Amino acid sequence: MRPSEPSAASGQGGAPLGVPTKITQGSGTRGGIGESTLRPDGILKVTGEFAYSSDLWHEDMLWGQILRSPVAHAEIVSIDTGEALAVPGVYAVMTYDDLPADVKHYGLEIQDTPVLAHGRVRHHGEPVAIVAADHPETARRAAAKIEVAYRELPVVTDEASALAPDAVLVHEDRTDHHSHHVPHPNIVHRQPIVRGDVAGARRRADVIVEGEYTFGMQDQAFLGPESGLAVPEEDGGVHLYIATQWLHSDLRQIAPVLGLPEDKVRMTLAGVGGAFGGREDLSMQIHACLLALRTGRPVKIVYNRFESFFGHVHRHPAKLRYEHGATRDGRLTHVKCRIVLDGGAYASASPAVVGNASSLGIGPYVVDDVDIEAVALYTNNPPCGAMRGFGAVQACFAYEAQMDKLAKELGLDPVEFRQLNAMEQGTVMPTGQRVDSPAPVAELLRRVKAMPMPPERQWESSEGADVRQLPGGLSNTTHGEGVVRGVGYAVGIKNVGFSEGFDDYSTARVRMEVAGGEPVVTVHTAMAEVGQGGVTVHAQIARTELGVTRVTIHPADTRVGSAGSTSASRQTYVTGGAVRHACALVREKVLELGRRRFGSYHPAWATAELLLEGGKVVTDDGEALADLVDVLGDEAVEAEEEWRHRPTEPFDPRTGQGDGHVQYSFAAHRAVVEVDTELGLVKVVELACAQDVGKALNPLSVVGQIQGGTAQGLGMAVMEEILVDPRTAKVRNPSFTDYLIPTILDTPTIPVDVLELADGHAPYGLRGVGEAPTLSSTPAVLAAIRDATGLELNRTPVRPEHLTGTA
Amino acid sequence: MRLDFTVNGRPRQADDVWEGESLLYVLRERLGLPGSKNACEQGECGSCTVRLDGVPVCSCLVAAGQAEGREVVTVEGLAHYAGQRSGGTGARGTSPDEAVGGAAEGAGPQAGEGTGPAPVQQAFIDAGAVQCGFCTPGLLIAADALLELNPDPTDADIREALSGNLCRCTGYEKIMDAVRLAAARRSEGV
Repeated sequence: MRPSEPSAASGQGGAPLGVPTKITQGSGTRGGIGESTLRPDGILKVTGEFAYSSDLWHEDMLWGQILRSPVAHAEIVSIDTGEALAVPGVYAVMTYDDLPADVKHYGLEIQDTPVLAHGRVRHHGEPVAIVAADHPETARRAAAKIEVAYRELPVVTDEASALAPDAVLVHEDRTDHHSHHVPHPNIVHRQPIVRGDVAGARRRADVIVEGEYTFGMQDQAFLGPESGLAVPEEDGGVHLYIATQWLHSDLRQIAPVLGLPEDKVRMTLAGVGGAFGGREDLSMQIHACLLALRTGRPVKIVYNRFESFFGHVHRHPAKLRYEHGATRDGRLTHVKCRIVLDGGAYASASPAVVGNASSLGIGPYVVDDVDIEAVALYTNNPPCGAMRGFGAVQACFAYEAQMDKLAKELGLDPVEFRQLNAMEQGTVMPTGQRVDSPAPVAELLRRVKAMPMPPERQWESSEGADVRQLPGGLSNTTHGEGVVRGVGYAVGIKNVGFSEGFDDYSTARVRMEVAGGEPVVTVHTAMAEVGQGGVTVHAQIARTELGVTRVTIHPADTRVGSAGSTSASRQTYVTGGAVRHACALVREKVLELGRRRFGSYHPAWATAELLLEGGKVVTDDGEALADLVDVLGDEAVEAEEEWRHRPTEPFDPRTGQGDGHVQYSFAAHRAVVEVDTELGLVKVVELACAQDVGKALNPLSVVGQIQGGTAQGLGMAVMEEILVDPRTAKVRNPSFTDYLIPTILDTPTIPVDVLELADGHAPYGLRGVGEAPTLSSTPAVLAAIRDATGLELNRTPVRPEHLTGTA
Repeated sequence: MRLDFTVNGRPRQADDVWEGESLLYVLRERLGLPGSKNACEQGECGSCTVRLDGVPVCSCLVAAGQAEGREVVTVEGLAHYAGQRSGGTGARGTSPDEAVGGAAEGAGPQAGEGTGPAPVQQAFIDAGAVQCGFCTPGLLIAADALLELNPDPTDADIREALSGNLCRCTGYEKIMDAVRLAAARRSEGV
């Protein structure tokens, strides 16, 4: 396929449908697991040919636009669409009243989110109406002509206002399954975890430290905006080309609202420009489908960055109160904590975030006596849900600050103090779950501490100070005056996969046949490739399992069973596991075929352990029995099956006990910072990481994941925060001008030490990689800033005024 | 309005352009060149970076009319542009893993009319600098422009030159590696 070159006459262009092009991998004999094979979509991505969801184009396509609420909480008195409908070029305007089915709400777990507002808006930016027009600007202008009369209501914005005796209920008449056990209707979910005897343990403590911590609202800030193209089909259904993290989860939520059976909503993954949790919830999916079905025309919706800040959930901001106790010799006696997460106006993933925050709330340490409580609130703030690290991030910021505080009180080295209390294989978690695979927490700390330190005063050169390496950078605010260095450490624990009894499976279809004179394998899953490199790994697994070189990754769609979500660090484990499993089934079928065709020629067909390697059937001592090309002939061998990891259990609603997680992952960071103490500017000089990955299926990608997660944690430490006005609950900085993410100048070198201690329960021994580095990065940077400045710093991100005493 | 300008070495024309459209919109939606990306549309992220008469600019901040009569190079034309600059058919580095990677046969269209990817494009693949890839087109244009001016940049030079391009996936380390690799291959004459 060549780049499309539309004629000047058509005046339009873009990527053709049938997006992502089929990808065929290399022609060598290598490329199995453990190698740093290169991305199969790399060439498309560097040449601009890779079709992201915002690049799609269809003849006769219309553009969709969403009208959003300008206020956080209001009754909708009236909506007048007349003037908008009269705009030339407008094909449809839809409100709640135009929804076609009885089902008018959706949600990941609790269906509390209206497709379009019905009588009331609960947060700033909530969708109220949608427009389709023949030019995006026409659609925007028409949307602006929709007249909506709002009567503003009081807002609840924090725990005090949400739980006040006269608090407005964000959702009245709740019937969801958490509503029966929560202490207040403005609490989405509450999970206590109680183990041992905290009162007794407290009496044994020689030192007790308390702290109250604040964690700001972080945005995923994936670069590819929410977007997709809905194409109406002749059978009354719709085909949606979409950037998402989980096609089948979208499908389950979309179809009922459209009033269609699931088989009439076909979904194909378009190119995804990053996700980080922000695409777990629906954004424009239903709106595009509604407009396409209403107009009979393909409809494309692309958010701009401003709208993107309103169009997806964020990381929960949190208030965390901790009490830690320890004996004089440095043993933790107990931890008592309360974590309050602001879930905003709709539930999204809040219940599961609560489960993580509580069950991972004390970190990777051995503590027998704990009293943990985590809650998520309903408020009129922006909805919050999944983001990389998912509940474990907020807790890690707080418990690691506490560990430093305790070490200081005890006069112990902060790393040695952590090592002294570090969990290991066999440790019992606060949930009562015994950890049954490696948990090298002390070793990761040892490794990250042993890495060489960056030289002092790197910014000095013979020609004076290189300001690019100093706090303030090219603003040229210091040449070293007032600059002090600090070093900080942190370690964290994250669960891998979906927890608490969720049926967390993936499906893979694998096919082997002869094409062009050689055996070719096709892997078909619905896994959302969002940049993480799952497509690379699937091909590697197929090569390793089936001994072929050429592997084609079929575009992800809903014509194959669910692959679960690209989140929770789970795809290499679970969909990778499914691909391996399907490959094993194909291998058995191929061997059966071989036995039928060639079994009589060699006794080894019947007796030996047989493998597929280098395009041949071989015995386990390496003797080749037949070429796969001859075994297969003109037959294609195919297998499709679901694959599950070990089941987990729900946490007990009162005690939090239960084997709730399938796997844990660990990373440790060392941050080196330089702080301009006069201006409160921070330069992170280096952010080193050590992580256990069980088995690195693709070392290059593994390191890339660790570095990327580390940088997001850095952003959370020193710059990233969605600011919500506490009086109005309105978002104040929805742009990349005002919401800052790290640039290449803000991000230091990130040396990575990868440890591979196999988890015997997981495919190839692997351990999910993507999230753990996002946990410990933030508290390590905070610890380094505290080390440099001597300040307490109980909130993140740190802003200059927190360092200069002018806050 | 009608817009006449040169894109990737070819004269192009766009009709019925609304005056408020950006160069980015015209490239993406009217000329079928969606390689330049639309991540912020206010000049903060650099994903839409193109060369305008040789100068790297955010095409989202250039009104379409400002491109009248001028020369634009997008990521789709980068290989051709780099090939012309080196006076050949697009010099190209080769990594040991290339045979197994995405550059293999059947991997899709090659940009630049009969050439392979530009050296900087190949370096991004080889170094693992591409994850989701949404920032990649803008970074490639910026990195190629840097190496054109400064074939042997220091790390601080690279960071300064690429500071207008946001990446959310990589933590920038592999991007640094890619630019160092492209510079090293060039100096080795690979």
